Amino acid sequence: MYGYTSKTLRVDLRLKKTEIISTPTGLNKKFMGGRGFGVALLGKRILNEFDSPDMPLIFSSGPLVGTAAPTSGRSSVISRSPLTGTVMDCSVGGKFGTALKKAGFDCIEIVGIADSGVTLTIENGRATVEDAERLTGKNVEEVRKLIGGKGSDAVIGIAGEKGVKFASIVFDGHYLAGRGGLGAVMGAKRIKAIKVKGDGAVPVYDREELQKAREEIMRLLRASQAVFGELGLSEFGTSAFVDLIHSRRMEPTDNFRATFYDFASSYSGYRLKNRYKTKKTGCAGCPVLCKKVGERGEIIPEYETVSHFGALNGNNDVESIIEANRLCNDFGMDTISTASTLSCYAELEGAVPGPDEMLALIKKIAMREKGPGEALAEGSYRYAQLQGRQQLSMSVKGLELPAYDPRGAYGMALAYATSNRGGCHLRAYPISHEILRKPVATDRFSFEGKARIIKIAEDMNAVVDSITACKFVFFAASLEEYAKAVSAVTGMDHDAQSLLKTGERIYVLERHLNSLNGFDINDDDLPERFFAEEGSSSPNIQVKPLDREEFLAARNNYYRARGYGQNGVPDSDLLVSLGLGEYL
Amino acid sequence: MKRLLDKYITKMVRQGLAGEDSIFFLGLDAELESNRPSEAGSTELARVFEMMNINSLLYAEPAEPYRSIICSLTEQGEEKLTPSDCETRTFLHDIPVIEELKASEIFKALSRRKAAIIRGKGIVAHGTVSPEQAFVSFSSACFSAFVKFFTDIMFSLEDCRKKNLPADERTRRSFHDIVSKLPPDGISENPVAPRVPEQEDDVYASIVKTGTALVDNRLVDSYFGNISYVHGNKIYISQTGSSLDELETCIDAVPLDGSSSAGITASSELSAHIGIYRATGKKAIIHGHPKFTVIQSMSCRREGCDLSTCYKTCRIPRFIDGIPVVSGEIGTGPTGLAHTVPEAMAGRNAVIVYGHGIFIAGSDNFSTPFDVMRTVEQKCRKEYFRAMRRLL
Ligand code: SF4
Ligand SMILES: [Zn+2]
Repeated sequence: MYGYTSKTLRVDLRLKKTEIISTPTGLNKKFMGGRGFGVALLGKRILNEFDSPDMPLIFSSGPLVGTAAPTSGRSSVISRSPLTGTVMDCSVGGKFGTALKKAGFDCIEIVGIADSGVTLTIENGRATVEDAERLTGKNVEEVRKLIGGKGSDAVIGIAGEKGVKFASIVFDGHYLAGRGGLGAVMGAKRIKAIKVKGDGAVPVYDREELQKAREEIMRLLRASQAVFGELGLSEFGTSAFVDLIHSRRMEPTDNFRATFYDFASSYSGYRLKNRYKTKKTGCAGCPVLCKKVGERGEIIPEYETVSHFGALNGNNDVESIIEANRLCNDFGMDTISTASTLSCYAELEGAVPGPDEMLALIKKIAMREKGPGEALAEGSYRYAQLQGRQQLSMSVKGLELPAYDPRGAYGMALAYATSNRGGCHLRAYPISHEILRKPVATDRFSFEGKARIIKIAEDMNAVVDSITACKFVFFAASLEEYAKAVSAVTGMDHDAQSLLKTGERIYVLERHLNSLNGFDINDDDLPERFFAEEGSSSPNIQVKPLDREEFLAARNNYYRARGYGQNGVPDSDLLVSLGLGEYL
Repeated sequence: MKRLLDKYITKMVRQGLAGEDSIFFLGLDAELESNRPSEAGSTELARVFEMMNINSLLYAEPAEPYRSIICSLTEQGEEKLTPSDCETRTFLHDIPVIEELKASEIFKALSRRKAAIIRGKGIVAHGTVSPEQAFVSFSSACFSAFVKFFTDIMFSLEDCRKKNLPADERTRRSFHDIVSKLPPDGISENPVAPRVPEQEDDVYASIVKTGTALVDNRLVDSYFGNISYVHGNKIYISQTGSSLDELETCIDAVPLDGSSSAGITASSELSAHIGIYRATGKKAIIHGHPKFTVIQSMSCRREGCDLSTCYKTCRIPRFIDGIPVVSGEIGTGPTGLAHTVPEAMAGRNAVIVYGHGIFIAGSDNFSTPFDVMRTVEQKCRKEYFRAMRRLL
């Protein structure tokens, strides 16, 4: 089969056994790869608790991974989120997916719980589970030094071991399965690190066609100001968005009590670039290289991270932001949830911690230290709920919201509320059209037309995470060009619409699996603050509270666009029509 | 949704792309809306929404001369048109041709491409985010067909001439027919005053005015082009995907020292504009794709050259009316016009990009650049027809 290795690695940690099975036939046609494979393999096992031995943790690559298609180095991690209880998939960069495929596997499925800390090592078709108690209690940087060697690695830090609900998995020291606490799933299984090495080749059906598709995509990327322009992602990384979101008066500030932070320029893309003399780096197979590293090796955080450790926490001390990011990466914790949980704490306590106190708190959370550390390690929602103030958790389904205030982009508001994994900007990524004007601009202060836009974009991103490619490319290229690449790699005949259909199948399956755990319309909502309080308006830009009626009407339209019932859940007819009958 | 459909219908009419009576525009959020819900065409188009993950669909018989042009370009059974200009090639790749206004056929074509031609009838295009996409693709298809028609016919007549063959009668007839449907050229007065903007507000106002003048005089189709002005330490430039006749809220102020990246939404030609300013010190820059300028930019078929790469790698000096023609892909890539245009602009006020359009720089106001754009376009049109008279 072209584009796939056709092999899946199954690992049972309790038995320390690995087994190579054929990747189930038909999975590629229906679910493409990456996120799609993960969700399909997870299936009804979603009914297990996240820390049950029967809960799988899946690492999955897509057909484009390891080929010449631009941004083909990404892969996905899928399981049930300890933080939200929903299906959780994270798209990750680095070179893990590429190494996995070159080692001969489409996916790894890990079940069971080891008696004590272990590592999984995969090299060219072989895999072993080894005792690694010596790594327990160590953070990512140290673990990486100890396991050393070439290839790619996925590691958890102390936060994952301790079950911090928003612990992350760190890939190659820089790339994150950040959101939703998959690091705690890995921690619950007592698997500290995975190392992968491979030098096989990925079979491609038609190299010449793939080259043509690549050229079309590259031409569009070069034509894009947002990607390759002098102010774009390739130059500044996502911190290029700091100035933009600031100028649109939609940067979450002081736990979303304001939407404008006077000192945002202290951590803007320009400031970071000059202060740290950044160099470009990025995921395997990517020409954009949006990741930035300072001259002394400092990892420059993403936009979400600088903005949330900055504006959201009333902090303009750039050094402490870089350090907060370093700590989160080393302990293995999601920066968005960490920063947002801290700002929730600050609002509840009525006192904003200074930079040093903020850094100290991060360590306490990661170590689950008694007191605020332990309380905040549960995430902002559980923490605030215990105090009877859950409305101060700026989250959806328990997942803390990223750095785009929904009062400044109504499509974003709808997408946050309806997202399958909770408060996430990347399921539908309406910032693309509402703010970046790609592929065309839409009115950010209107719900008009947004329901169907969000539905289509969710389908699109679900399949993008499954082929796999990077969402940033879609500021410039479209599924039209990527369908050509997928067809060239796999020999299957795909076009933009067939890919969207695949995306829809994946998205609706996720929704269905969530509904098995009781998720419905009641979970598709935003914190009250956004309907009650005005943002930081200026004479030119009014950031009004969201109109509740309009929001509910848009949500209802969204359910209709999706074909869900009144309760926001797909019925059996929809599932059957999408070929999902077996999951009923 | 209806509001958006109406907005783009009005634009199509105003820009001479189609008559209101020939437009079907449908949009779907929760409810499907159409500008002419009770007509048969609408019913067939509505079926496409059941098959495709889209939110808008546009079908129209284009106005003349576009209608005759697409008929002529597709009358030999062509399965697709491949645009010869650089911008539409980059974004449309090609335009498939289908036989009928049938949902199944439209589904097949638009699953792969942004727009399709229905042979002998019209153009259909779709959007997944906004009806604006359908409108832009429709407009691009018209532009691309126009440029292709006049370029292809010139090349085919040149080939006949070389082989000492007479031009065939069909070609000759269709050419004359289409030429008779061209709008007259010429603008009597320059609507852009030679006023130097002094305050920031004036800068915004003069960019807005110039944009509208360019569109109203059909020197640019509303989406193809960009305008900038340097004032103080900032360059004020139209945003990406903005419509030049609606720039009021679509101008980015970008610090020249790069100290803010809020201008990440600026026109994709921002780098070229900054480069031109740095190379010439000229502050008022306009860029557009006047059709005959684009056609003439491609009128070179030098022997021994690989004609498939002219648009990106040609380095042979060539001039139109004293203005250099350079190669250059959109953007900042190694063969990008962000490099080639500023370099060629040094010591001049205009540069033409092969198969793409023209950049013009004025020292401190938009009046002269506007004038240059229209005179170059008029001259290119004249020169084109002069050459054609020799060939026919
Ligand atoms: S654009 Fe950035 S995140 Fe995306 S693949 Fe490239 S380096 Fe990775
Ligand atoms: Zn142009």
